[in-house]
Amino acid sequence: MSAANGDGTAGATSYYGRPVIKEPVWTPEIPAYFFAGGLAGASAGLAYLSGSGPLARRAWATALAGAAVSPPLLISDLGVPSRFLHMLRMAKVTSPMSVGTWILSAFGACTGGAALHALTGRLPRAAAVCRPAAALLGLPLSTYTGALIAQTAVPVWHGARRELPAVFAAGAAVSAGAAATVLTPPEHAAPARRLTAIAAIAELASVLVMEQRLGELGEPYSRGRAGTCKRAAQALLGAGALTVAGRGDRSRAAAIAGGAAVLAGAALERLSIFRAGFQSASEPRYTVGPQRARIAAGETRGASRRASSP
Amino acid sequence: MSFAVHTYGGDERPRMGFFTDTSLCIGCKACEVACKEWNRIPESIQGFTGHSYDNTVDLGANTWRHVAFVEQRKELTPDQGLVEHAALEQLAAQTGLQTYQEGDGLRWLMASDVCKHCSHAACLDVCPTGALFRTEFDTVVVQEDICNGCGYCVSACPFGVLDQREDDGRVWKCTLCYDRLKDDKEPACAQACPTNSIQFGELGDLRERAERRLEQLADAGADKAQLYLADDDDGIGGAHAFFLLLDEPEVYGLPPDPVDATRDLRTTWGAAAAAAAGLGVMLAAAVLGGRR
Repeated sequence: MSAANGDGTAGATSYYGRPVIKEPVWTPEIPAYFFAGGLAGASAGLAYLSGSGPLARRAWATALAGAAVSPPLLISDLGVPSRFLHMLRMAKVTSPMSVGTWILSAFGACTGGAALHALTGRLPRAAAVCRPAAALLGLPLSTYTGALIAQTAVPVWHGARRELPAVFAAGAAVSAGAAATVLTPPEHAAPARRLTAIAAIAELASVLVMEQRLGELGEPYSRGRAGTCKRAAQALLGAGALTVAGRGDRSRAAAIAGGAAVLAGAALERLSIFRAGFQSASEPRYTVGPQRARIAAGETRGASRRASSP
Repeated sequence: MSFAVHTYGGDERPRMGFFTDTSLCIGCKACEVACKEWNRIPESIQGFTGHSYDNTVDLGANTWRHVAFVEQRKELTPDQGLVEHAALEQLAAQTGLQTYQEGDGLRWLMASDVCKHCSHAACLDVCPTGALFRTEFDTVVVQEDICNGCGYCVSACPFGVLDQREDDGRVWKCTLCYDRLKDDKEPACAQACPTNSIQFGELGDLRERAERRLEQLADAGADKAQLYLADDDDGIGGAHAFFLLLDEPEVYGLPPDPVDATRDLRTTWGAAAAAAAGLGVMLAAAVLGGRR
């Protein structure tokens, strides 16, 4: 089936072209949360590592803002928002959404304490615990979302389970760097500019690696709205990071413009990945093709068995 | 890694399930109607599709049984085809094989699809609230008073069974008539099926019965007859609702090698942990890199 033209997805038959799996029911609040949660998580790390100066204060404020908007985004996506506390009925390692709920809850509390101290100087002893805790929790907060969508039957997500967390980590880092670049006077923002440059390269490269490894299965990332978002994201990330790195140390205007472009690019990259999931779920060949290819390659016998004796 | 959790102790019951023998299905949709009536499922009128007699379209929040209709032109070659045809005609007379129509080689494949009640159920694994649970009959059920409509199970199911109900927000699917099972009754669809295409019983018994039926059909020349999800070693650890199909699974809209994403959980969490560490390194490099 895959041998006809080397395409892992071609030639697959279907039932009147109907999808085999359901399209996700998640709303655009989810990619918005991916962006906000990553921004918050990496900002906490940036804030903690950069100590107590103007950069750190602004990064803590950014982390707090991201942590504050995340729960409303997630709750409004629920089919029954009033039941959001049911998320805390249990903790399940097989459900990245459950793990993430607990990480976000703990991160929110710690970031609240850390930001309060950074902005007002209050509760120094609580802050001594909250600051490193928020910085550490921010790391998995930025990457579990990649695991969350990978732990599904959606072909472009499950197929990219090794790469998606890295894409999300780089996206979180570049968002935090760009936000701090925008908010901080250039003379205090050198670490933020460095982070923006490093993470922009990491983000562009990790998406490239992901698509390379997916091969034909990765087509949805380049098609339709997902493709449009991805190309816009690449342009904004590239141009923004170059602006920040090139002129961000001298011109506040360049820092703000470049940083804003990078932030927009990071948000669009999340949206691209989100949309690609829908596109790959809606076409049966992306579901059936790779499964047939696995069977043809002898990696699995599949779920069917014919009679043993003819 | 063992996924079977035996927490019911003395209350544990035999593994129950469906064997859907599609070679006996006449496409009457009695199962769809009985399911709707018993479970009080809202209507799901999809309009006229033009896809043979299938206007139900697919499984979803308001469709827990779905009868698929496949029309195939099957060549009757003089040598092999007629022999096969004669053998199948004989089989039809003996056993009630309903799938072939006479004459012009038009082949009808009809199949009543349902939630598979996977042994390794991705929907149950990813459910963050515990609304989805495994019953004492080893089947998988959503608790409507717990589900908050997060939608994770919808994307996790490799069969596209679960869906969110509009104007309700919760996720719904086949319960294998959990309420009836508790009263030692068979599920509504199986009771309504007039040809015994839907057979309900203990999983072990059903598998033995399916094995015999497969051999019978293969002997009669149904060369593509196959048991689908009838073994423990497939990607979902075998299903409690398994099928005898007369063509490849994808012809019926079923995935040929469905996998519970939890099988790759270590890889996924490993990648997330590595990426988190990488993020830490990136942040440290950016902040500390300038302090030389």
